[in-house]
Amino acid sequence: MALFWIPLLTTIGSLISSFTAKLSRNQSVAITLLAPLAALAICIYHAPAVFNGEILYNKIQWLDILDIHLSFRLDGLSFLFALLILGIGCLVIFYARYYLSQNDSLAKLYAYLMLFMTAMLGIVLSNNLIQLWFFWELTSISSFLLISYWNHQSDARKGALMALTITGAGGLALLAGLLLLGNIVGSYQLDVVLASGEIIKQSQWYETSLILILLGAFTKSAQFPFHFWLPHAMAAPTPVSAYLHSATMVKAGIFLLARFYPALAGTEIWFILVSLTGLATLLLGAYVALFKHDLKGLLAYSTISHLGLITLLLGLDTELATVAAIFHIINHATFKASLFMATGIIDHETGTRDMRKLNGMWKFMPYTATLAMVAASAMAGVPLLNGFLSKEMFFAETLHAQLLGSMSWLIPVLATVAGAFSVAYSARFIHDVFFNGDPIDLPKQPHEAPRYMRVPIEVLVALCLLVGMFPNFIIDGILQVASMAVLTEATPVFEIAIWHGFNLPLLMSALAVAGGLTIYAQRRHLFQFQASLPNLSAKLMFEQSLNYLFKWSQNRINQFENGSLQRYTILLIIVVLVSAGAPLFEMHQLVGQNKPHNIDMFNAVGTGLLIAGALATVIWHRHRMVALLMISVVGLMVSVAFTRFSAPDLALTQLSVEVVTIVLLMLALFFLPQRTPKESSSIRILRDLGIASACGVVIASVCYALITRPLDSISQFFVENAKTGGGGTNVVNVILVDFRGFDTLGEITVLGIAALGIYKLLVNLPLFMPASDSEGRKWAKEKYPLLLATISQTLLPLALLVSAFIFLRGHNMPGGGFIAGLVTATAFILQYIAHGSNWITERLAINYRKIIAIGVMIAFLCGVGSLLFERPFLTSWFDYFKIPLVGKTELASAMIFDLGVYVTVVGATMMILASLGKLTANDQVKPESKLKGDS
Amino acid sequence: MELLYSICVGVLVACGVFLILRARSFPIVLGLTMLSYAVNLFLFASGRLSINHAAILGTNEQYADPLPQALVLTAIVIGFAMTAFSVILSIRARADLGNDYVNSEQKPSARIGVKK
Repeated sequence: MALFWIPLLTTIGSLISSFTAKLSRNQSVAITLLAPLAALAICIYHAPAVFNGEILYNKIQWLDILDIHLSFRLDGLSFLFALLILGIGCLVIFYARYYLSQNDSLAKLYAYLMLFMTAMLGIVLSNNLIQLWFFWELTSISSFLLISYWNHQSDARKGALMALTITGAGGLALLAGLLLLGNIVGSYQLDVVLASGEIIKQSQWYETSLILILLGAFTKSAQFPFHFWLPHAMAAPTPVSAYLHSATMVKAGIFLLARFYPALAGTEIWFILVSLTGLATLLLGAYVALFKHDLKGLLAYSTISHLGLITLLLGLDTELATVAAIFHIINHATFKASLFMATGIIDHETGTRDMRKLNGMWKFMPYTATLAMVAASAMAGVPLLNGFLSKEMFFAETLHAQLLGSMSWLIPVLATVAGAFSVAYSARFIHDVFFNGDPIDLPKQPHEAPRYMRVPIEVLVALCLLVGMFPNFIIDGILQVASMAVLTEATPVFEIAIWHGFNLPLLMSALAVAGGLTIYAQRRHLFQFQASLPNLSAKLMFEQSLNYLFKWSQNRINQFENGSLQRYTILLIIVVLVSAGAPLFEMHQLVGQNKPHNIDMFNAVGTGLLIAGALATVIWHRHRMVALLMISVVGLMVSVAFTRFSAPDLALTQLSVEVVTIVLLMLALFFLPQRTPKESSSIRILRDLGIASACGVVIASVCYALITRPLDSISQFFVENAKTGGGGTNVVNVILVDFRGFDTLGEITVLGIAALGIYKLLVNLPLFMPASDSEGRKWAKEKYPLLLATISQTLLPLALLVSAFIFLRGHNMPGGGFIAGLVTATAFILQYIAHGSNWITERLAINYRKIIAIGVMIAFLCGVGSLLFERPFLTSWFDYFKIPLVGKTELASAMIFDLGVYVTVVGATMMILASLGKLTANDQVKPESKLKGDS
Repeated sequence: MELLYSICVGVLVACGVFLILRARSFPIVLGLTMLSYAVNLFLFASGRLSINHAAILGTNEQYADPLPQALVLTAIVIGFAMTAFSVILSIRARADLGNDYVNSEQKPSARIGVKK
């Protein structure tokens, strides 16, 4: 089975389990377990190959240009992690069934858990940096969902947000680091990156990318000073904590360090950063854990401390230290998951996790107590348990550390101190909860947990014992291959044994146990001392800084976004002005080499009219009707300019659009105030005039510089191929319907969408219609003048004929779908003007929305049609036929496409105008109400 | 002629920009229309000016650049759709808000309900 099935199965499992809400709990658990068990089976199926030292790959090509593929790999390290994720995942799923109360949705928890499992599997199996990062972010998001599972509790929401903020920020740093790394190597494939360690370490970007990647790893693995989110994430249900904060989520950072060990480790900066961070975290976590009264708080800080220990090991410059790190990953996952589950049972059966109330539980739940005590002893590093073995290796490796030069002896000493504290808090976990007198006012009468709730703990504790007693038999093989994956070369010879004889590590262990028990016995003094320290709440500081950040950014937003459109517009214009204007100053000469055309009489008059029209529009802009008439002069002159400068198609389009636009604006003016009041201060007018003139000058200069320089155009291709390839002599039309038909398809779709948007805007419009014009004159009584009505009726067939003519000749002469559509629309609009909307509706019930849809569909299907002939989308076809009476005629598939354009343009234009026009014919017109702000 | 043409574009831009800086919706619509004239002329001119060289095969020795023409043709139609949309939007805004003033009198934070 291919590797991609492993995360795919859990993804499917996540979806399926979210649908199990209606089923009984046992059914739900059984269905949910299917996917991880199947994925586990795939892993185990590949086990022989992995144990042979092979690396399995599975790649699905995706984005070649970006070097991003769906790419998986399975080596010893991924295998080990996949086993932990799936194995402990199954136990947690089973355990959660008993932990959650009937009021909580099991299906929701399972869906999130499986999503999280997918994300974790994705990280450990990825063979592509970007893909790895994607799954990394998915763990942040799914853990947010899991931690905030009880989203009615404010501390759950806050804890989840904090975890997301810290790990999400780390994730961004990681992305930057990975991008840098991929850039250095020239590939995002992990196997290439891992094989390029030398190139990476010599790159000038090595330090930057290392620090960024470490930031990602340290935030995820709750390393000092980012550790504070982990205790607050304990607001999650205990099964979630058991999964996320023992075996998976926090181990993702450790995994990252191990994964990139071949590529990044081996330099001084790596050793210093990683080992010192690990050391600080180890000490801090171990110390603080002792003072937590909440059982889960104790476990959280203990987790931080153990993660620090593993990080420290990865930062020590020996191969055996790396082996020890991997060994401790396994051991910590087993004993910490079982301790979390035991805590869950205690919480579940007593109603509290406060160690000041919990005492003497041994009497009530001896079985759970035994399991928890074994696991806690493993945490403390008691011989014959797995924790002892890795801790011995840890102590042994600290002795070899050369990191701090002559002060390197500090490392073993501090390690022993941390070991002592870890013994002390483990002792507290055992003694304070299960012995130490009688319970103090518990919310519930405690009793033993349900039989099957203890099964997952039994499995894990059995593993602790088996590994602790028969390490070589159980763990040797997987440890070998996992270490090989990290160190890439042959694994150093190591022997895990319970008894190495009397040596320094054993002495350190003994000292740690003795010291720890002494600390615990003398804890009263320590607690008093701790209480006298000022209370530093990380949560409070985090919230304060977040609040400050929000306020700061809100203020910045308010400064920019004050609700004034004028202000936004002016800011945008100034930005454009500066960016378009600045390069002009670097040009040596504005005018280019082209020989200019002479100015003749026609051009001079046309220019004069255009400028006069534009200026008149501005001058009379407060008399809206006058301004509208003036702007129509400008539009007309623009179409004349198109005619003059060899663009007949444009001229026709501009002319017909102009007619439609002016009719529309005039109609719109009916619903708007007729005049603009004088509001702007003189200063403002002056400022706007200044900015507007500057824009005009800049654009005119750019335009002048552009059009006086020689043209290097791709158009020669279109001119040469229009007739032979597209079958038309009107190159502009052939470009529209053939060469760039896909653009046109997009364009008519946009047109249709705009028309639909307008239709929607006009639905339920609260109308107020003026009874008179701005001068106070009543509207004419005769709504539809007879003369116009008569002429327009006569004109309609003629106009339709003209538009048909324009449409048909479009491929070879100026014309085409756009223009013909506009002409048809104009002819219809004239009918509306002459007779009113009701008159038309009585005679011609057309749904313009359907027309638009039909038009776009014709154009689209014409494109799809070419697929039937195994040509690419929108390939056109043409040929010549002899038709009786007409003669030799060309038929082209592009005409069908043009027909689609035509229909869409007619539909959209008519819908816009008819929807608005219909409003004026509304019989139930409310009397004009004087509205505030209008004058 | 090129100089005169550029001046026309410049005047249209200046008038358009001045109009879109007004505080009422209708002049802004006029300004947008004016700006789209200017933009269309500008884009069209990027194919350079030529007289009596329409890109109809067989009518000339030389042809005006047809590509900017094709692009501008669709731009004209889309420009119409945009003008129509903005003018209908201003009708709707006047109907819902009671005036055609384009600036909000409230702070944006108050409008979208952000906690102070």
